[in-house]
Amino acid sequence: MAGEPILSVRDVNKTFGGVKALTEVSFDLNPGDILGVIGPNGSGKTTLVNVITGFVKADSGQVLYKGKNLVGTAPHKIADRGLTRTFQVMRPYYSLPAYKNLIVPLFSPRARRTGGWRGGGRMGSRDTVAVDILEEIGFERESYVPYKTASSLPTGYLKRLELARCLALRPEIIICDEVFSGLSMSEMASMVPLMEKLQMEGITLIMVEHRLRELFRLANRVMVLNFGAKIAEGVPVEVMADKQVKEAYFGSEEVFSYV
Amino acid sequence: MAKAHESRRKERLDRGVKVRSDGVYAVASWREMAFLLGPRLLLIAGLLIMPLVLWPVPYWQKVLTIICIYSLLAIGFDFLAHYVGLVSLGGALYIGVGAYIAALLNTEMGLPLWATIPLATVLGGMVCTVLLWPCLPLRGVYFAIVSLMFPLLAARLIEAFDIFGGTDGIMGLDGFPNRWSEMYVLIICMLLALFALRRLVNEDVGLVFRGVKDNDQAVKASGIDITRYKALGVFIASSLGCLGGACLAHIYMWAGISQFALDFSIIPIAATVVGGGGTLAGPVIGCLILVPISELLRDFGTLRIAVYALILMAFIVFKSEGLMSYGARKYNQFEHWVEI
Repeated sequence: MAGEPILSVRDVNKTFGGVKALTEVSFDLNPGDILGVIGPNGSGKTTLVNVITGFVKADSGQVLYKGKNLVGTAPHKIADRGLTRTFQVMRPYYSLPAYKNLIVPLFSPRARRTGGWRGGGRMGSRDTVAVDILEEIGFERESYVPYKTASSLPTGYLKRLELARCLALRPEIIICDEVFSGLSMSEMASMVPLMEKLQMEGITLIMVEHRLRELFRLANRVMVLNFGAKIAEGVPVEVMADKQVKEAYFGSEEVFSYV
Repeated sequence: MAKAHESRRKERLDRGVKVRSDGVYAVASWREMAFLLGPRLLLIAGLLIMPLVLWPVPYWQKVLTIICIYSLLAIGFDFLAHYVGLVSLGGALYIGVGAYIAALLNTEMGLPLWATIPLATVLGGMVCTVLLWPCLPLRGVYFAIVSLMFPLLAARLIEAFDIFGGTDGIMGLDGFPNRWSEMYVLIICMLLALFALRRLVNEDVGLVFRGVKDNDQAVKASGIDITRYKALGVFIASSLGCLGGACLAHIYMWAGISQFALDFSIIPIAATVVGGGGTLAGPVIGCLILVPISELLRDFGTLRIAVYALILMAFIVFKSEGLMSYGARKYNQFEHWVEI
């Protein structure tokens, strides 16, 4: 593809004690792409997310974001540069109304600089900007969903709240750690167009997923991890045809009936 | 028989006036304004009148100033523990640092009392924040233990190196002009601190503090440096303590290692337990109860601590939510039994 990659991971290694969580993982991410990351449980997907976003420090290798190495940078500084993530286990502030959850990211230096989602932060109080962001990603304002306590919201909304926290920073990259997991079929169906909308807004996405059907509809490229090593990368159809992938990840041919 | 109990439960409903006065319409009627302002005015007016009521008993006026100093510590403790997530046992450090800084500024540099107290508040806050900075990544009980170490360490260092007057302390500080000024300075500072912090925790920055406590990973992922906010929280809490310490030094006209005594770390926690954590006003109420009890128990001699402990235990067993939470519930809600 044309242009410089916005994010480029080079030979990243990470071990926890004797466990090799990541071995020589490298990939490039072009601006505007959606990269899917798949792999069996324990294959190092979440560790990769943690390494890129600074929550875990890589033992060796480089994470180049716009040409600058991020390894060793504190997580909040990485988020400050526009590389944000969601958490696989949602971490909302349960006792607060949903829109109040966005006050924290809107209070951050980056949101003050950029004005948050579409520059709204320069125009109104943080509360109104927060409700606008939530409405944008599917919290129906008419039925007062943004005003409900986070603890009373179903998983689907909490996953969106995670995304909204990233959006409040006006990010350039969002790394989504399993946004589809734990959702009902209809919740997932409504999530897909939302991700497409984010892509059209010019946000580059990395999606770590187990849900292949939805992921393959969205992703331009897919990368497969197994035991911490990259075993395949390419457009979804090619990756699915890869023999190594079939053996390591799917185990049988049955999976193709789902895709 | 157990069945009979299970078929009933206590239902709690917000009073109408509470629901109405929650919103922006609180100024709609005098009744609603009175509902909101009543408890606040009761506390403010009560504390302002108290020195006059205690006119005939100067000893209890002194107790009132001590209550205010403990209240400052307790508000700081409650703020740090319930809004920033740092359980700090460093109350004695704050008092000691505040007292010594005020004493040094007053005796060595000859600054008047009205300059030493604000300076000791700010400088003391900075000193305590710098000392506690390396411990900020710690959480919960680990931070508590390390913060408890500091006052002990400070007292031993002063003793061992014979600095700042050694075991004798620093004597000859200016006193307050009269006992009224010392009482009202402390009462007003304490009320200001209480209402300022209650405002702060409900502002946007307060939500960041609460985020640091509940959910530090998400705050980091939001591009906010949690160490900075923890340090800011420690600065606020330790400044309050140093303010108390500076006043204490000027009241006794002396600063010494007994101002690093662990009472200053422990009693604020007890007051927070009695008053109700996370309410900020609760710890003040706790101090208003515990400190006088401790004075009244002086007649018991060495049994004092035992009786004190029993009273504390009774509070924890029978009103573990704290007086403030209990009172606020009764004030805001109807309770009645309903059949299921």
